[in-house]
Amino acid sequence: MIVADRKPLQEIMNMIGDCERLLIVGCNACVAICMAGGEKEVSELASLIKIAKKKQGKTIEITELVTERQCEEEFVKEIEKEIKEHDVILSMACGVGVQLIAKMYEGKIVYPALNTKFMGLPEEQGQWVETCAGCGDCRLADFGGICPIARCSKSLLNGPCGGSVDGKCEVDPDNIECAWQLIYDRMKLLGQLDKLLKIEPAKSWKTSRDGGPRKVIKEDARL
Amino acid sequence: MKSGSNLEAVLNSGKFAVTAELGPPKSANKEFVIKRAQILKDHIDAANLTDNQTAIVRMSSIAASRIVMDQGLEPVIQITCRDRNRIAIQSDVLGAAALGVKNILCLTGDHQCFGNHPDAKNVFDIDSIQLVGVLKMMRDEQKVLGGDAIKTPPQIFIGAAANPFADPLEFRVIRLEKKINAGADFIQTQCIFDIKRFSQWMSMVKDKGLDKRVHILAGVTPIKSYNMAKHMAENVSGISVPQEILKRMEGAKDPKEEGLNICIEIIEELKQIKGIHGLHIMAIQWEEVVPEIVKRVGLFPRPKFNKRCAGET
Repeated sequence: MIVADRKPLQEIMNMIGDCERLLIVGCNACVAICMAGGEKEVSELASLIKIAKKKQGKTIEITELVTERQCEEEFVKEIEKEIKEHDVILSMACGVGVQLIAKMYEGKIVYPALNTKFMGLPEEQGQWVETCAGCGDCRLADFGGICPIARCSKSLLNGPCGGSVDGKCEVDPDNIECAWQLIYDRMKLLGQLDKLLKIEPAKSWKTSRDGGPRKVIKEDARL
Repeated sequence: MKSGSNLEAVLNSGKFAVTAELGPPKSANKEFVIKRAQILKDHIDAANLTDNQTAIVRMSSIAASRIVMDQGLEPVIQITCRDRNRIAIQSDVLGAAALGVKNILCLTGDHQCFGNHPDAKNVFDIDSIQLVGVLKMMRDEQKVLGGDAIKTPPQIFIGAAANPFADPLEFRVIRLEKKINAGADFIQTQCIFDIKRFSQWMSMVKDKGLDKRVHILAGVTPIKSYNMAKHMAENVSGISVPQEILKRMEGAKDPKEEGLNICIEIIEELKQIKGIHGLHIMAIQWEEVVPEIVKRVGLFPRPKFNKRCAGET
């Protein structure tokens, strides 16, 4: 899933400024599951903003809504009426959702309430970890199902650097596992250590994010 | 000869080679480099110029290498994969070769979080093993990675690093083998304090016959103070400092002298280990101690094979 995290309240307050009528739109997809932008978080943020405004001696009228998926037009259209009634929309979706509302309603000001972080999975209660870098050319078959591009601090393809100690990465030994220790252990378990002797050639980053927005075209699905 | 460098000639002759690190300044001070080159010049076979080590901005290793050459000392330049992509790196290799550089050490590079620009974006377009392969391709196949021919290819003696103290230990040998297969001519190790672990790694290296396929230079660092020893033991990943050394440094009346003695003892032990072809002295901000170390371990004077190499463009 796409994992996101709410921005600090002060940053959100600075964005909305003097706005007196605000529409907060959450999303029921990824960001609801990672507890950043679902119904509960929308309601919580609305309360926090009201309290902050009260402290400033001001008032604000807030409408709270949640789309089923903010990354698809048909779901955003379901709340078109409310969007049109507001000048300022605070989106609690990932960056994709924020941009879709901005694209669909040119005259509206849309602010992001979240920082979109990465594609990852829940590691333990309340903790998520990045697992896929979306490089566009999946190589998991060669690395025992563990991605060095997303999970090694230096995205190394030929083994661990000198900063791997006791299975931890020197960048933050308390919090980051050395991806190459994980790969090594797994390849050993699978009896595939010989695969690691192969020199991985320089990766083509053409499929990654360096060439402007990437597109996926599925011919048989096109009209 | 692949490069015609003095270092290559010393190693090919079977003599025990000596190199030392020369850290360029955090300024545009040319005199700083000249002074250190003068100190090191007659005592080592080549000086290793670091490439923004620990991700701290310093004078470029290529620029510093030219200053070093002008003093009659042969440089080994370091190139890390942290700050440059394959285009910039190959461009630098061509430029360095044109300036007279004949030895290049290929490194991954310390992560930017350890330096003075933690907000920087790292590059890591290619890794150190791929970099070794790129240099070999440029030199032997006379073409750049993208395939275009190089009319005047760089003549480079290719180096890489090995860290016997990082984990997983078995992978450290696999990684060395990959570096050799990619085209490394010489290997510099992380600084050695833990002889036991180093010997363990060396015997795995010898079991695979890797010492016959590459020149291994054992890395040593003289410790200046107890705090330095403690810092390396506790905060630097991939460096193992045994308790005994920490105790000796803590109790020393003259810590610099004791650090030097420890360094000499380690070198004497290393000289007894078969498969090691030379020494790489990393005297961090203490280059002036290198001549004494070289003399005390009986490696002075240094042989000279290529009188013209230093300073030649």
